Amino acid sequence: MRTYKPKKNVQHKAYHTDRFYVAPTLAKIDPSTDEVFSKDLKLVEKNFSVEEAYIQNNHLVIYVKPTDIYKVLELLKDSCKYQMLIELSAIDFVEQSNEFEIFYQLLSLTKKKRIRLKTKISADDKKIKSVCDLYKSANWAEREAYDMFGIKFVSHPNLKRILMPDDWYDHPLLKTYPVEGDESASWYEVDKIYGKEYRDIVGPELRDPAYIDRLDSKRFIKIKHEVPYGAEISETPTNMMSEYQEEKGVFLVRKLRRAKSKILKKRR
Amino acid sequence: MQRQQPNILKPHFENVNFQRDGNNMILNLGPQHPSAHGQLRLVLELDGEKVVKSTPMVGYLHRGMEKMAENIPYNKFLPTTDRMDYIAAASNNYAFAASVESLIGVEVPRRAKVIRTMILEINRLNSHLFWLATHALDVGAMSVFLYCFREREFALDLIESYCGARLTHSAMRIGGVPLDLPIGWLTSLEKYCDHLSTEIDNLEGLLNENRIWKMRLEGVGVMSAEEAISSGCTGPSLRGSGVEYDIRKEEPYELYDELEFDIPVSQRGDAYGRYQVYMKEMRESIKILKQLIPKYAGTSTIIMAESPKYISAPKEQIMTQNYSLMQHFVLVTQGMRPPIGESYVPTESPKGELGFYINSQGEAHPYRLKVRGPSFWHTSIFENLFVGEYLADVITLIGNFNIVLGEVDR
Repeated sequence: MRTYKPKKNVQHKAYHTDRFYVAPTLAKIDPSTDEVFSKDLKLVEKNFSVEEAYIQNNHLVIYVKPTDIYKVLELLKDSCKYQMLIELSAIDFVEQSNEFEIFYQLLSLTKKKRIRLKTKISADDKKIKSVCDLYKSANWAEREAYDMFGIKFVSHPNLKRILMPDDWYDHPLLKTYPVEGDESASWYEVDKIYGKEYRDIVGPELRDPAYIDRLDSKRFIKIKHEVPYGAEISETPTNMMSEYQEEKGVFLVRKLRRAKSKILKKRR
Repeated sequence: MQRQQPNILKPHFENVNFQRDGNNMILNLGPQHPSAHGQLRLVLELDGEKVVKSTPMVGYLHRGMEKMAENIPYNKFLPTTDRMDYIAAASNNYAFAASVESLIGVEVPRRAKVIRTMILEINRLNSHLFWLATHALDVGAMSVFLYCFREREFALDLIESYCGARLTHSAMRIGGVPLDLPIGWLTSLEKYCDHLSTEIDNLEGLLNENRIWKMRLEGVGVMSAEEAISSGCTGPSLRGSGVEYDIRKEEPYELYDELEFDIPVSQRGDAYGRYQVYMKEMRESIKILKQLIPKYAGTSTIIMAESPKYISAPKEQIMTQNYSLMQHFVLVTQGMRPPIGESYVPTESPKGELGFYINSQGEAHPYRLKVRGPSFWHTSIFENLFVGEYLADVITLIGNFNIVLGEVDR
């Protein structure tokens, strides 16, 4: 029997992984070792419940509850002087724990420090409060996260798709979404330009980069009536000899007459 | 001739409501518009020539790079980053490489650092010259466009003689640089620096006090410091609003902590202020490049970090030693596996803060890779900034904010 492929994560995998390989973990440093971070963390811990906090790669990482996120950001912005929201996005952990992780990358221009605020929301309702009122930059970032993961940011002024078209099916950065696109993605343009009924006529998209056309598409008689290379074209249409130039000719351009022209056997 | 009947005519455009409301006109600008700098589409609601509402629409160049990154090994993704900000490709290469390096914890050799910093600064010059060229062309100064492109050509020649490519040069690798500088490259770089500083004088002579240039730029698109900070503006756009923050200075990477340079800031907050910042930054870049040239001489010849778990050995070692060949084979076929963790390394690209957030779960492919491209955040401010501006100023501002749509849509 063939093994089942995982449905919840259809991303490409390395073709071989050592059975006994255990990935090391990057060091998580205690926040109390850093003067500035420990002060900020204490302030957050005083008012909210912090699930985990550590320093990794010079950034303080704080995990808080999703219900607190707006107030924590408000505190960090107003009291701790983290004025800039540099980045906001999500990570899909549905396969592991049925959760999405949302991260807010903050920068303090005065302290020159960076915090990554993180929270986990359930994949069942995918809802979190928008922080557009605090940071204007959250507007588009949240729209992108909605577009890519389908996370609904409650009270966002304009929660619409941003990178994908409005009528796109599914959210492309989910782990359940294949990198090649799904069924509806492969027919998106055909459906939109011609209509669904033309799927059979147009045919599926050519995805093979090494594809070589077997048929002669340079000497075709009619579109979709190509012949194999080197074949005799017996059924020549009679109206092929149409003239493309103006009847009176163009200034300085010699009039081409099909009937008088001859095809040379060799280059001169 | 048959006339169109306006009450029957009902064009279908996505997302746009064509209901006539008052005396406003809805104008669709782009995505195929020469001054849209790529594939930017703006739907503007105009009252006369004044913008009442502006809706930027992006996504026409979306290639799903973040998705691609989740499906290929780290090394394979590096050439893809070239195609984001294709005006200054090396800054993307560097930001990605730096983020992976901090994840795997390797120290880049000194010579590689010197070369990297040089390439980054030449890229900055490239990008700024290109910015000035297209921006001036949008505003109407055709000759500036030609002068800038001529100078940019020389910078591209320098890059070409280093790595063979002009635009999408993957001139950096995770752990260092693939090539050493060719013979005589530093002298031509020095010559170029001297030449360019006089050329910048000429460009400034053409524009600084130019009546048309000043009329088109002064007082256009005024952005306060608070708004710039809140909207996530970085780089010259932030410094044009009077906030002195340059990542090269405040959170130095590579050799920037050893170099002496100033951060140009303008308190004006308008398009002209940003222009001044860009021009001064070019001079600072020349200053940096001149300081870097003597730093190359004393370095050892190693240009790639040594870390057998993650980075292939030099070519001659691969060809002579069995274990290096095996390790190289594994790294090429399976890819490196950084430890479980996250990294985000902020870098100062010519356009602003560029960083790659990488979440690694110990696998050969990144679990999540998020690109923080400055242009995306700069495009988002068009929604608010254009309101109240004239239509002609909208064209000025699209050029002025130096957006590259490859970076917006990724």
